[in-house]
Amino acid sequence: MATSTAEPTRRDMLYIATGAATAVATGAAIWPFIAQMNPDASTLALSSTELDIGAIPEGQIVTVKWRGKPVFVRHRTKKEIEEAENVQLSQLPDPQADSARVKKPEWLVVIGICTHLGCIPLGHQGAYDGWFCPCHGSVYDTSGRIRQGPAPRNLDVPDYAFLTDTKIKIG
Amino acid sequence: MSGPSTYVPKSAIGRWFESRLPVMGLMHSSFVVYPTPKNLNYWWTFGAILSFMLVAQIVTGVVLAMHYTPNTGLAFDSVEHIMRDVNWGWMIRYLHSNGASMFFLAVYIHIARGMYYGSYKAPREILWILGVVIFLLMMATAFMGYVLPWGQMSFWGATVITNLFTAIPFVGDAITTWLWGGYSVDNPTLNRFFSLHYLLPFMIVGVVGLHVWALHVVGQNNPAGVDIKDVEKDSVPFTPHATMKDSVGIALFLMLYCWFVFFVPNYLGDPDNYIVANPMLTPPHIVPEWYFLPFYAILRAIPSKLGGVIFMFGAIVMLVLLPWLDTSRVRSAVYRPVFKILFWVFIACVVGLGYLGSQPPEGGAVLAARILTAYYFIHFLVLLPLLGLFETPKPVPASIADAVLHGGAAEPAKA
Repeated sequence: MATSTAEPTRRDMLYIATGAATAVATGAAIWPFIAQMNPDASTLALSSTELDIGAIPEGQIVTVKWRGKPVFVRHRTKKEIEEAENVQLSQLPDPQADSARVKKPEWLVVIGICTHLGCIPLGHQGAYDGWFCPCHGSVYDTSGRIRQGPAPRNLDVPDYAFLTDTKIKIG
Repeated sequence: MSGPSTYVPKSAIGRWFESRLPVMGLMHSSFVVYPTPKNLNYWWTFGAILSFMLVAQIVTGVVLAMHYTPNTGLAFDSVEHIMRDVNWGWMIRYLHSNGASMFFLAVYIHIARGMYYGSYKAPREILWILGVVIFLLMMATAFMGYVLPWGQMSFWGATVITNLFTAIPFVGDAITTWLWGGYSVDNPTLNRFFSLHYLLPFMIVGVVGLHVWALHVVGQNNPAGVDIKDVEKDSVPFTPHATMKDSVGIALFLMLYCWFVFFVPNYLGDPDNYIVANPMLTPPHIVPEWYFLPFYAILRAIPSKLGGVIFMFGAIVMLVLLPWLDTSRVRSAVYRPVFKILFWVFIACVVGLGYLGSQPPEGGAVLAARILTAYYFIHFLVLLPLLGLFETPKPVPASIADAVLHGGAAEPAKA
């Protein structure tokens, strides 16, 4: 065998090229077996949900299913809107103004999944009249913002649009 | 330890076969003439009990898979079909579901025995770490198996545990979506969990093979914590001594197992899992199966999402590091008076965490869980390293034979 001080030979080059090609080919072959676990086309196709909100009385929360997840649509009362708007942002673990979380103050639309470990919070419960998560005790306010407990973020606001005054499209 | 095989087949066919594939010789040297320390007590039968439980879970599981349907619309009903229609289906399912609990009971005793007698110390570190790997695989297998009946606890347990991965910075959400195959726990998740639940036990079989191999390289630890020095005086052959003693251990363990299966088959389960999964309604109180409760208590004790996940996995990492955290050269707690007390305090701490994990996270339970979580880590990271430096151990016997004979008088040589 050649010693370490010898010039690299054409054969060394071939060894390296073969090894590199094997590594790349192995990676390329493994990729489909990893990627197959990502959401498939039929799951991706379920992208939007429409909801008639005209029938929701003030104070009530309606839960709709969007992409397999619950979405809370809450018709907020005057008191709830005031509570949400009159909070010092410095008191919030995840500071965000109520106006940044709603399109119309009467309607709050949030994904109904606790940002801690994915349970569904219970409406009209907890110290802030918003939601209370029974799993690990996170408390949300009437704007769906985290106030107490282990959850790191406010409830997420999905993409949605008012199609008419009484109809919204989520997604 | 086992050395080259001295096995000579009696028949000509046996010799012909042995010279081509020496598998009978391997079995003979590993499970017949293999020298086992003569002072092993019944805590050492849990290795055999665990091997039995692994086979029992695979046999009952393969049979259940013949009748189960991994589809969100059919899974729950197919389990009820097994319970009501399939011949002996109720018994096989109860054997499998209670078998998981029995498997964990046995593995916790096995781990505790290793901790008490210092079985993790040199030269058994790799043997011990392989055991931790088996424990992790068992937890993954049990978790995915619990999802399959597609009851409320199945669904919400799967949701909570898979959401642990969202705590990973930056890539957490992408990893969780990849695990789910969607945007929530749903049919793709159930399908892949079924596939992996069938695969992982065979990976456990593989690692158990390595575990036994490593055991037979370094030899068994024993209550005295001293190695075999004289095979004649200190050890007895595996067969019949260990095989028969293990059989008694398995028989006693089977009595407990069968008591659960035939008298209180649902005692260890959660009644909410007899309600079909509802992705729109979280049960008021989510609790994992009893064998995960101490870790669940640690997860909930930390008031931060990522922190909770790190500490929960950290609790297992402590086991991996244990061979290096315990600085004492004496293996067995029999000769370590202070360690013996700390061991039982640690066991009480883990049992206490298990109790707190079953309680709603309110008031005093949260504080207690934090104190016990702190103690769990202090035990490994502070007490064990310091104890090895400050503790004065009792005199360790010169050999296993000395330990057995107490006085240490020389035993007359046997033929």
